[in-house]
Amino acid sequence: MNHKASVEQVRVEDLHKSYGDHEVLKGVSLTANSGDVISIIGSSGSGKSTWLRCINFLECPTAGRILVAGKEVELVRNRKGELTVKDARQLQQIRTRLSMVFQHFNLWSHMTVLENVVEAPVHVLGLSKAEARERAERYLERVGVWKLRDAYPAHMSGGQQQRVAIARALAMEPAVLLFDEPTSALDPELVGEVLKVMRSLAEEGRTMMVVTHEMGFAREVSNHVIFVHQGRVEEEGDPKVVLVRPRSERLQQFLSGNLK
Amino acid sequence: MELFDLSVITGSLPQFWRGLWMTLQLTGFALLFGFFAAIPLAVLRLSPNRLVAAPVAAYTYFFRGTPMLVQLLLVYYGASQWEWMRAAWEAGHPVWTLFREPYFCALFAFGLNTCAYTVEILAGSMRNTPHGELEAAKAMGMTRLKALQRIVIPSALRRMIPAYSNEVILMLQGSAIASAVTLVDLTGAARDVYSRHFAPFEAFVFVGLIYLALTFVLVGLFKLAEHRWLAHLAPRKAEAGRQS
Repeated sequence: MNHKASVEQVRVEDLHKSYGDHEVLKGVSLTANSGDVISIIGSSGSGKSTWLRCINFLECPTAGRILVAGKEVELVRNRKGELTVKDARQLQQIRTRLSMVFQHFNLWSHMTVLENVVEAPVHVLGLSKAEARERAERYLERVGVWKLRDAYPAHMSGGQQQRVAIARALAMEPAVLLFDEPTSALDPELVGEVLKVMRSLAEEGRTMMVVTHEMGFAREVSNHVIFVHQGRVEEEGDPKVVLVRPRSERLQQFLSGNLK
Repeated sequence: MELFDLSVITGSLPQFWRGLWMTLQLTGFALLFGFFAAIPLAVLRLSPNRLVAAPVAAYTYFFRGTPMLVQLLLVYYGASQWEWMRAAWEAGHPVWTLFREPYFCALFAFGLNTCAYTVEILAGSMRNTPHGELEAAKAMGMTRLKALQRIVIPSALRRMIPAYSNEVILMLQGSAIASAVTLVDLTGAARDVYSRHFAPFEAFVFVGLIYLALTFVLVGLFKLAEHRWLAHLAPRKAEAGRQS
């Protein structure tokens, strides 16, 4: 891993999240420094996606602290008892610093590929159209779908759509990329093209947090792996150690189920 | 007497022409008003705040729940029932005197009627916005307003085109009731011609054909609109013209 100066990008401390009486996250913490590629693994329902979605406040945690670029996010409790970001400007800053790629791509279906990638840089970051277009074309080229720039998402394969979604996230030039099970909705033969792009991004030294079921990716690409079980961090550390010689019984079970 | 005497029609062409113009004005202006007013109203209609959504829901319920003819008669004959309205007419008030004009009353009733339908069509389309697209908008840092402006409304307006084309065509045909408040639209012109020449076939078949032709044009325009704005939902075409 080619670490640049190790600047802290995101820190999560003792994060809790409940839906009614059901506590999905029971106090989880992590720190992502620049250049880190953190894989979050665990069976479905373990809370790993919820964790990631709490970091950019698509879900509101019920307790905990979050620091983005060393700055604590100021939180207030809403009527439902959840923590929300106090200042709308800060929320927007967080979301533009941390760009997310979704399991189901979530491209805007009425826009062409190019329009999808140009949209937020122009209308959120305030770039000029020409600048945003230049940026968009660069990142589309980067993920290998530049040729499809005038196509609509519905007319493309899942792998192509996910690569466009990655370009859309990159065009925000975020400090951290969040991936929420980016290959789970793909046909098996399309998983490879997306993982290849993600691997090359990691090699560029980008900071990434990846919720994934791809153990190969976790082992080979990430420098830190976190195993979540029933809303707690069960085991974490260097993937070459953790995934090869798991200490906890749960992780052993999980891995034997996953790596047949 | 022949069954179909063309000279009745050719002799009354100027009348039909004025009627056509009246029909187009009433339909066009009512639709324009209805469409643009429907956009903010649909947003309010979907507000999570009940105090905001309920009045809009009540409005669309009333206008969709009663015949447009009743609404037209209510506006035209009902306005003069208020003392203060009559007083305003006496005083020559610039706005209230409009309610003495049948033309304005028809536009008023038609506009509010089509707007009510359009609000429901658009709100339904907005409700069907894929959840993930909204979530992506949020995750990219868009505020609620920006996401409405850039994602929800543009996408919903496109998806509502087929349903809205129905509303436009119904509005065109519905405008025929304008003749109930002394306006001479296409249907009104036909009725005048009929009563003058006692030639029902000539008069009504001819306007029927005009309505058909107008509808034909509208259907064609909506086809073009779908082609232009709904391409993203069309089945994928053969590779031609897509790859560059």
